[in-house]
Amino acid sequence: MAQSSALPAEQYNYDIVRKFTIMAMVWAVVGMSVGVYIACELAWPFLNFDIAALTFGRLRPVHTTLVIFGFGGSALFATSYYIVQRTSQARLAFPWVAEFTFWGWSGGVALGAITYMLGLSQGREYAEFEWPLDIAITLVWVSYFAVYVETLRRRSQPHIYVANWFFLAFIVAVALLHIFNNLAVPVSLTKSYSLFAGVQDAMTQWWYGHNAVGFFLTAAFLGMMYYFVPKQAGRPVYSYRLSIIHFWALIFLYMWAGGHHLHWTSLPDWVSTLAATFSILLLMPSWGGMINGIMTLSGAWDKLRSDPIMLFLITSLSFYGMSTFEGPLMSLKSVNALSHYTDWTIGHVHSGALGWVALVSFGSFYHLIPRLYDTKMYSQALIYVHFWLATIGIVLYITALWVAGIGQGLMLRSFDDYGNLAYTFIETVEFMHTPYIWRALGGAFFVSGVLVMVYNMVMTVRAARYEQAAVEAKLTAKLAKA
Amino acid sequence: MRHEQIETNSALMLLLILVVISIGGLVEIVPLFYINETVEKVDGVRPYTPLELRGRDIYIREGCYLCHSQQIRPFRDEWLRYGHYSLAAESQYDHPFQWGSKRTGPDLARVGGKYSNQWHVQHLTSPRSVVPQSIMPNYPWLLATDLDTSDVADRMRALRATGVPYSVTQQEYDANVKKFGKVVADQLDITQATDNLLKQARDQNFDGIPSRVTEMEALVAYLQMLGTLVDFTKYDEGYFTTFR
Repeated sequence: MAQSSALPAEQYNYDIVRKFTIMAMVWAVVGMSVGVYIACELAWPFLNFDIAALTFGRLRPVHTTLVIFGFGGSALFATSYYIVQRTSQARLAFPWVAEFTFWGWSGGVALGAITYMLGLSQGREYAEFEWPLDIAITLVWVSYFAVYVETLRRRSQPHIYVANWFFLAFIVAVALLHIFNNLAVPVSLTKSYSLFAGVQDAMTQWWYGHNAVGFFLTAAFLGMMYYFVPKQAGRPVYSYRLSIIHFWALIFLYMWAGGHHLHWTSLPDWVSTLAATFSILLLMPSWGGMINGIMTLSGAWDKLRSDPIMLFLITSLSFYGMSTFEGPLMSLKSVNALSHYTDWTIGHVHSGALGWVALVSFGSFYHLIPRLYDTKMYSQALIYVHFWLATIGIVLYITALWVAGIGQGLMLRSFDDYGNLAYTFIETVEFMHTPYIWRALGGAFFVSGVLVMVYNMVMTVRAARYEQAAVEAKLTAKLAKA
Repeated sequence: MRHEQIETNSALMLLLILVVISIGGLVEIVPLFYINETVEKVDGVRPYTPLELRGRDIYIREGCYLCHSQQIRPFRDEWLRYGHYSLAAESQYDHPFQWGSKRTGPDLARVGGKYSNQWHVQHLTSPRSVVPQSIMPNYPWLLATDLDTSDVADRMRALRATGVPYSVTQQEYDANVKKFGKVVADQLDITQATDNLLKQARDQNFDGIPSRVTEMEALVAYLQMLGTLVDFTKYDEGYFTTFR
């Protein structure tokens, strides 16, 4: 990463942005490949190979952690460090602390994956890290907060740009969620028990779990969207007023919605009803963000024909709109009675995670990488190839899991003419075999798209090095002559 | 206040964000600790015995909760398939809760007593030898690995710190005798933890191997007690709905 001679690098700290961008792609390849592997385990269970570290139960947290925190987290660090510098017109504060966030975050995620495979887990979904890693992550997060806020404070603009509002809310909310959800009493370095039990623990966990989606995978990525969509489109954000309203509404409403993961359980009805109500309200600020993003392109729709990066960004917003419609639908108690515990939920998460989070990140990276290396992308055609591999992959994936989830839900609740259960549980497992194969295939499409992107990225960076060497050689030659 | 004031002042913006995001959690979570009806008043629910507790630790270690729920919903098909819907009281000592979010396999909240010990051992070692269409991984190492019993008392002490009534002092023991009866209170005595664990393993021999205490022993002990603590014949159906 010894690229320091380009002019913008002197004004801004691009080195840290490059590191996180590369790491995001590394985690994308590893984390999503693990995802395809465990998808195959569900279709062909021999793939568990009687090896403890490779069983579905241990690899599933590896997949979710590497993708959400590894890929998603690194993409957010990269873009937020870039955006806060560009929109504040200030160089990143505390460079060594920023450097620590990189090594701390990457090390924490890697250690997390290794410890899960060794069987160390808190047994809390999306928060499986044992307590020493939780503390390390807290330190990284506080450092991130310090770097981010101090850079903002050094801004040479009076106004804080809208993208930064979302990143601020994300940083504060994730700190709050992480700390309260991980309160635990340790037994040893590798084992702890959560402080809360039963129904209170369940509500705390899903307050965390849903807002990991709401703030980590939504608010922060909206921050990314609010910078890269207008930049790539070359137009200002559609509506300033809409961005204010939907920002405050979104961060307020999300925090109420977690209880919809616990409909019809031992959680008291008043909480789950409140959570469902707020989940439906959440449709409005979600679509506010989608509309604000998509309408930014209004008057320049032709870019969708000529610019593959725009295609990534606008498609991601469309998937965002779709999954934030599907979410409130699934939070209705009557729909949830069918969808809960089935693969419909898994499909829903992936339409958000692949369709929205990953596509908006890829689009932003395609915009970002040439600027970080002061060059052009190696191949426009490969960006199109990536786009179609990804889109076909997502459609295969979510369609397969609609079939699996809704199918299983309907089978489990059907009765025969005598009022007996029509199907045994294992018959639903048999039924899901075929959709599980299609799902794995969809995932494989998506990963192959990522590999195309990695190739495109590597070639771009290599070309940039070559160009730079050529420029430097010319310069030395000129100086020698003079 | 005009929004311009907020977006030109990072400290003010941070403060407002913190206020706005705190409200939902405060309203929905904090009352759960204070409203008495949140957890049903019901007899029979007790903390885990040392052996069951170690089994539960293995359940968490292997990530069973990612494919099996422990939370039955109040629907007719679930009633027929799994039994009475789950009560909050039944997981009141669960640190962490293991309700789960996905049923790739069936719910386990009331799996206790449904199958024999031998069935569980066979099924966990090689699921497809008893259910050919199953997609569950084999867990052959459970039977091959001796259970680490060295820190079971430490584990109970940590749980005691979270509020689970495992006893250390005579006073705590007496309180447990009053609340759960002598047989259970003896099992909750931390000073007797290892002895209790070995005794339960010897008496009930869950893994079918009398000479050893394996990880399988602990896991089957845990599975065999799930959902068996509350005697539902003692309560009117209407009773539990008053808590919802």
